[in-house]
This record gives sequence, structure tokens and C-alpha cells, in this order.
Amino acid sequence: MSARGPARRPFVRSMEGWWRKNPYFIEYMVHEGTALFVAAYALILLISITCLARGEAAWNQWLAVLTNPLCIFVHVLLLVGFLYHTWTWFNIMPRTLPPIIMNGARVTAATITRTGLAAALIASLIIFIIAASLAS
Amino acid sequence: MNTGNKVITIEVLRYRPEQDTAPVAQEYIVPFTDDMSVLQGLQYIKDELDGTLSFRWSCRMAICGSCGMMIDSVPKLACQTFLRDFYPNTVRVEALAHFPIERDLVIVMDDFMEKLDSIKPYIIPEKPRALSEGEYLQTPAERDLYEQFSSCINCLLCYAACPQYGLNSNFIGPGAMALLHRYNLDNRDSGKEQRMPLVHAEEGVFNCTAVGYCSEVCPKKVDPANAVNINKTESASDYFLRFVTPKGACK
Repeated sequence: MSARGPARRPFVRSMEGWWRKNPYFIEYMVHEGTALFVAAYALILLISITCLARGEAAWNQWLAVLTNPLCIFVHVLLLVGFLYHTWTWFNIMPRTLPPIIMNGARVTAATITRTGLAAALIASLIIFIIAASLAS
Repeated sequence: MNTGNKVITIEVLRYRPEQDTAPVAQEYIVPFTDDMSVLQGLQYIKDELDGTLSFRWSCRMAICGSCGMMIDSVPKLACQTFLRDFYPNTVRVEALAHFPIERDLVIVMDDFMEKLDSIKPYIIPEKPRALSEGEYLQTPAERDLYEQFSSCINCLLCYAACPQYGLNSNFIGPGAMALLHRYNLDNRDSGKEQRMPLVHAEEGVFNCTAVGYCSEVCPKKVDPANAVNINKTESASDYFLRFVTPKGACK
């Protein structure tokens, strides 16, 4: 130990505001944040089912709420959040899967992402077609 | 050292524990040529401008993993990053994030060394094998299973890219988990049961929230995020299947 203090004095840097320091972390936080949009829509669906169970009057009242311009605006916002969440979720998916070997070669990350996005698109289309046919 | 007419400013976050209470930025004007790496820029500073600057380096070719540092806030190997890519702007270099700074660009890496030791990074054979029995045989397909993870050079860029490690250094972290996975996948190894408790532990794989930046910055394309996340699945199935196969490490 010297007169000015111990020779070793490791300095620990603060983590404050860590997610603002790198664009990658900002994107990660936005991705995680859009999970709340998914939760919010699940809540809307739950309210819908509850209103349906309570009878025609409650259901019609809920339909009036849903067709309110403010509610439609919220739905558009939720859709944008959903799309971003879907896009980033399938982008990270290749990192979470064990290697998939097809025809002797490892399936690439880009193929996994594209397949995931295609599956989400097809599932959405099927639900949309069923909903549209039930409504007409 | 041959230098050209161009000069670039290198700003180094310096920390000299005997005189600084906190790190301070210091600028150096460095003449450079287009083939000079950031490491060579630092070597120029040390040799010609300021001999007190401290940094780690050895191989100069992205093999030894010694010269990892934050370069413009991104974890990179200084030997693999070129000054020309920053010119005419200032290059800012800082010690690897999420580790304590020992001095200037040198970090304290004791925590990682302990973690590396804990995952038993060597082949644990099922039973002792005499030299007379010859070598272990392995097919190319068996090797391919783990080859990617065996490329890790312990440079710690992945730890500097992992906010979860920065927030809680008890987390075993991406690099150690990639190497743990590498040995578990090796058909010559039978040590998986000894290593899995580290995966299942509170500080094990479930500290990872799939940020994925560790794999982005890895200079050897190891994809440590993949190793961590495959082991999440392994750990979860071990937990849920413990009644069917009661040999799992989850108690």
C-alpha cells in the first residue's frame, strides 16, 4: 500500500440509463414494451367474452364502445405494436432454437425468421377469413 | 512504425487508481495509415506519446481475445477494428463494459475466470482411459454438433454486450454458458450431469432475457445466446420431466 492509498482500486461503472446507451438496447426495450400491447389486446378479448356471456344488451353496449373512433384509434395503435412485436420476436427466434438439420444442412437463421413470419401471416389470414365469414 | 499524413483523434477513458477517483477522458492525436487497427493506434500512443497508457493485447489477429474494449460504445476487438472506419471522427475507446476497471483499458476479469473454472471446461470421460487404449474417435458429424461453440476465445465481448450481466454479475453469462454447452455436446464427454446444476441455478440460464446482443458482437460467430436459450429448454424439460426421468438435476 502506497502513501496515496492501495495500488489496486478497481472502478465499477454505473449501469444507470444502460438501455439508452446503445440502439440495440433501445430496440430490445421497445420490443419488450410491445408485449404490453399484446397483454392489452388479450384484456380487450377477455372483456368481449365476458360481455357476450352477460347477454345481448351487454354485448351491444360493448359493440358501441368498440366502434367509438377513440377505440378504433387504440386498436390501430395496438396493431402497430403487435406487428413490431411479431417482427422482432421472429428475428430473435433463430437464437432460441436448437439446430434444425434438413437435407444434411443446418437451416439458416433467415429461413427460420421467414418461416415464423409466414406462419404468423397465414394464421392471421385464417382468423380474418373466419371472422369475416361469420360477420357476413 | 510507418505512419501516413492523416491524423485521427483517439479519446481514451483513462483510470489511474493512484491518482484518479473516477475515469477521465484523454485525447491523443495519432498519425495513421489505412491499414492500422485501433490496437496499433493504441500502441503508437504507448510507444510515442504516453508510456503510462495500459491495455491488454497479444496476438494482433483475433485469436487470443486479449484486446476487447468498447470502441465508440460497442464491444470490439481492437486488433480487428480499423481506424480508417472512424476517420475523420474521433474514436472513443473505453474498458469493456460491465467489468470493473483495473487501470485504463484493463478490466478485472477474475469473476469470469471463476465462472469458466466452474463449468469444468474440459472433457470428463465416463471412465478413466489408459493411453494404450488410443485416441477417442469422433466422426465429423459428431464434431459439427459443438464446433461453433468451441470457437470461443474468452474475449468477453459478449459479457460487455449483456445488460443482464451488467445489472447482476452473479449471472453465469453468455461466454461460460457457450463453453459449458460445447463440452456437453461433445460425444467424448460424460460430465453433463456435473454441469447442469449451474444451468438450472438461480444465476443460470434464466437470468437471460434474450436480448441477443452477445451473439451480435461475438467476433468468432459462436452465438452464445443460442447456447443459453437451448439450455433454457433443456432445464425446463428437466424440471417438468423429473417425475418421468427422476435422474434430472432439478431437485
